[in-house]
Amino acid sequence: MKRREFLKTSAFIGAGAIAAPVLMGGCASGVRRPGNGEVTVSPTICDICFWKCAGLVYKDDGRPWKVVGNPNDLHSRGRLCTRGTSGLGAYEDRDRLKTPLLRVDDNGEQSFKSVTWDEALDYIAAKLQKLAADHGPEKLALFSHGSGGGHFRHLLKAFGSNSYVAPSFAQCRGAREVAFKLTYGEGIGSPDRTDMEHSRCIALIGSHLGENLHNSQVQTFATALHNKAKLITVDPRFSVAAGKSDYWLPIKPGTDIALLLAWMHVLIYEDLYDHDYVKRYSHGFSALKEHVEHFTPEWAYPITTIPAAQIRESAHVMAANAPATLVHPGRHVAWYGDDTQRLRAVAILNALLGSWGKPGGYYMQEKVNLPKYPVPEYPKITARVQDANKGKYPEAYAGVSTAMFDASIGPDALYKAWIVYGTNLPLTVPGVVGRLQEAVDSLDLLVAIDIQPAEITGYADVVLPECTYLERYDTLRNSAEKQPSLALRMPAFKPKYDTKPGWWIAKQLGERLGLGEYFPWQDYKEVLEWQLKQVGSSLAEMQKIGLKTFPRKTPLYFSEGEDIEFNTPTGKIELYSTQLAKLGFDPLPKYTVHQEPQPGYYRLNYGRAPAHTFGRTQNNKYLFEIMPENVVWVHPRVAREWGLENGRYVKLKNQDGVESNHIRVRVTERIRPDSVFLAHGFGHTAAGLRLANGRGADDTSLITNIQHDPIMGASGMRANFVTFVEEEV
Amino acid sequence: MTRYAMVIDTLVCIGCGDCVTACKAENQMPDGLTRDWVVEKTTGEYPNLSTEFRSERCNHCSHATCVYVCPTGASHYWRDTNIVLVDGGKCTGCKACIASCPYDARLIMHPEGYVDKCTFCHHRVEKGLDPACVSTCPTHCMYFGVLDDPASEVSRLLRTRNYKTLLQETGNQPNVYYLT
Repeated sequence: MKRREFLKTSAFIGAGAIAAPVLMGGCASGVRRPGNGEVTVSPTICDICFWKCAGLVYKDDGRPWKVVGNPNDLHSRGRLCTRGTSGLGAYEDRDRLKTPLLRVDDNGEQSFKSVTWDEALDYIAAKLQKLAADHGPEKLALFSHGSGGGHFRHLLKAFGSNSYVAPSFAQCRGAREVAFKLTYGEGIGSPDRTDMEHSRCIALIGSHLGENLHNSQVQTFATALHNKAKLITVDPRFSVAAGKSDYWLPIKPGTDIALLLAWMHVLIYEDLYDHDYVKRYSHGFSALKEHVEHFTPEWAYPITTIPAAQIRESAHVMAANAPATLVHPGRHVAWYGDDTQRLRAVAILNALLGSWGKPGGYYMQEKVNLPKYPVPEYPKITARVQDANKGKYPEAYAGVSTAMFDASIGPDALYKAWIVYGTNLPLTVPGVVGRLQEAVDSLDLLVAIDIQPAEITGYADVVLPECTYLERYDTLRNSAEKQPSLALRMPAFKPKYDTKPGWWIAKQLGERLGLGEYFPWQDYKEVLEWQLKQVGSSLAEMQKIGLKTFPRKTPLYFSEGEDIEFNTPTGKIELYSTQLAKLGFDPLPKYTVHQEPQPGYYRLNYGRAPAHTFGRTQNNKYLFEIMPENVVWVHPRVAREWGLENGRYVKLKNQDGVESNHIRVRVTERIRPDSVFLAHGFGHTAAGLRLANGRGADDTSLITNIQHDPIMGASGMRANFVTFVEEEV
Repeated sequence: MTRYAMVIDTLVCIGCGDCVTACKAENQMPDGLTRDWVVEKTTGEYPNLSTEFRSERCNHCSHATCVYVCPTGASHYWRDTNIVLVDGGKCTGCKACIASCPYDARLIMHPEGYVDKCTFCHHRVEKGLDPACVSTCPTHCMYFGVLDDPASEVSRLLRTRNYKTLLQETGNQPNVYYLT
């Protein structure tokens, strides 16, 4: 088939709002044909992960049919991923939260009671009002992840607190953002500003694109594969990306900085770096040159186990394709506690190759200048979320979730109430399973807002059931991208059960807290309509097209020889970080030795599987079908030593004696003998998740040794080691 | 006979399973049944390894044993093409087709009482669309088209790339091709 035909049909969908019954010639073959009824289409933004792809929801005679990508969307390019394609599973999940729940104590026996929205909201408002009166509103903290979080950040700020935190900072990509800000004055952002469709060479440092299915990242990565770009993958595991690579460097875990320094050495001492770019834009080259003088590939070999010749050759390939060489920044980078320094090394390497601001490297993002709906100014608040860090982590520009936990325990706690929106903390923040109970015992109030009875809801005083993304309006998507665009999420279906959209919940709480002036709309559609009018569109238009693109006002790349002022103290790309020097940290990245496993223990590596988003999708019946549980990857030699059989259950026990749920063994050559690997997000313990409960093992609970990054507070998770425990029969 | 072919580039496929969920959604498959699946095959020893992912389904064979063994005529070619369909009304569930399919591409039994399988999304093909799996694949590693048309993308790929088919030796003349 030609793609043109596909686009033509899609254009019809976009323009025609959708619907004309499609009449098919009966059912001659006796096989029922989907789409035989009246087909209607409405736009959405996927919420199965946080890539926020614009999509189209199809109904067949009013019945849910399918969700597909919006062809005009750069996040999805008309194609949703495995998870987004299964979006109806979230809507159809029989285990969804169905009514507000209130914890009740009946003679010491605690349980949840179904209550009305009024009862639940009044209860929360009374508690929060007492909190504000007794301790001050800044004692309220918000944990949030996901596109509905904006409604609750608004509520939080109106209430008088600045303390919100997303695990995506300290548990995921924060170190990367900080490292690039220190170096280039700007972070990577999300979607990542990588220009892979134009890359001639890509180096992945532990990034498992393809298993990590961030849609446009994977699509542009695939474009690079189609284009025969050179691919270098650094990973102790033979990842999917490693299998596509020209160079797979099966590095000893924990030694990446040594490899990055050796690559810098080759580029500088073999005179392969971009002279003009480095001279024009960077600060501290001579210090860097001196710093890496002794970090030769021969020095790096015994550390990394990567032969020197392979280090040189891969560096040559990077240089030969520069500036269209992308040393990829990765995404989940909270590994060893020196993560900002490792990502600084990645940032520096890109500068030596001249790829920042160049096609095939990193492009400049732009978003739509979208005015906020006018509301009164928030109260002035002096307390900052960083107060929880107690003077540590000077470069933490966002909240650090582990520090927020610590600051929520005890009589002098900074926080006495939490709202947790769509964030399943026990399976998200490592080392908190015990701490969570302590925090909960200490807090006056914990409200969990979710769509499913995730583990966190079991700790809550009040549980508020949000409707799924397919049943609600939400804030407009306005992501910094190659092409500025706005995208609309609108309900395809009426909310099931007694569930409500996030915007409604936030407004109801706001009104009960006397903050009605911050929520002057009856319906969130008024906000959308007002905002869209300001940029020359309307809600009616967006309901038809779902996504509208706007022209760029700034260049996508640097032009040749252009003078650029970078947002750093020197106005240059800081190879040598003046900010880190001032703070007393290494201004140039150094290799540090990390902990090694004891005999009989194996490094716990973990990662994503393409069918699941964190711990959020294991109960989605479609995704459950293709991956019901995770498996632990074990090298055949290790399997022989321990007598482990493929497919048999074992338990894992970590260095601190924490045991996992049982998990099947996968004996595979694709893993180094010194490590094991499992996909993250499994091993649920919430009985209400009837499909997911008890399936597979939870990596997060095995991560008890956390290496905090002193620069910005990342929770380094990869200094944990496990051994095997036979399952009792 | 118009020959439709699917061509899948194993060098690009990441084994994500989107083809499986796309089919499931498009064709409103009942719980527990899928018409396509992904195979991973790893060869070699660490660190000299190679992994191939293959999205597999009915091969819509030009010489489809399932069509020839079906005693009721339920298994049949759609119009004058190689697309093999099952007429649910004629299927008695005897399972001869399941036994005769070298690719194990037939579902045990649809709850509505017939043997089900991949249709190459003929309901989309007749509207000029690609099958759901092809149109959803995030890596664009799947292609669909008419093999008899030398100008088609599938013909061009098979002219210019190395490829294989599965169990060629059965003589079924499969029409799903894997670029290697």
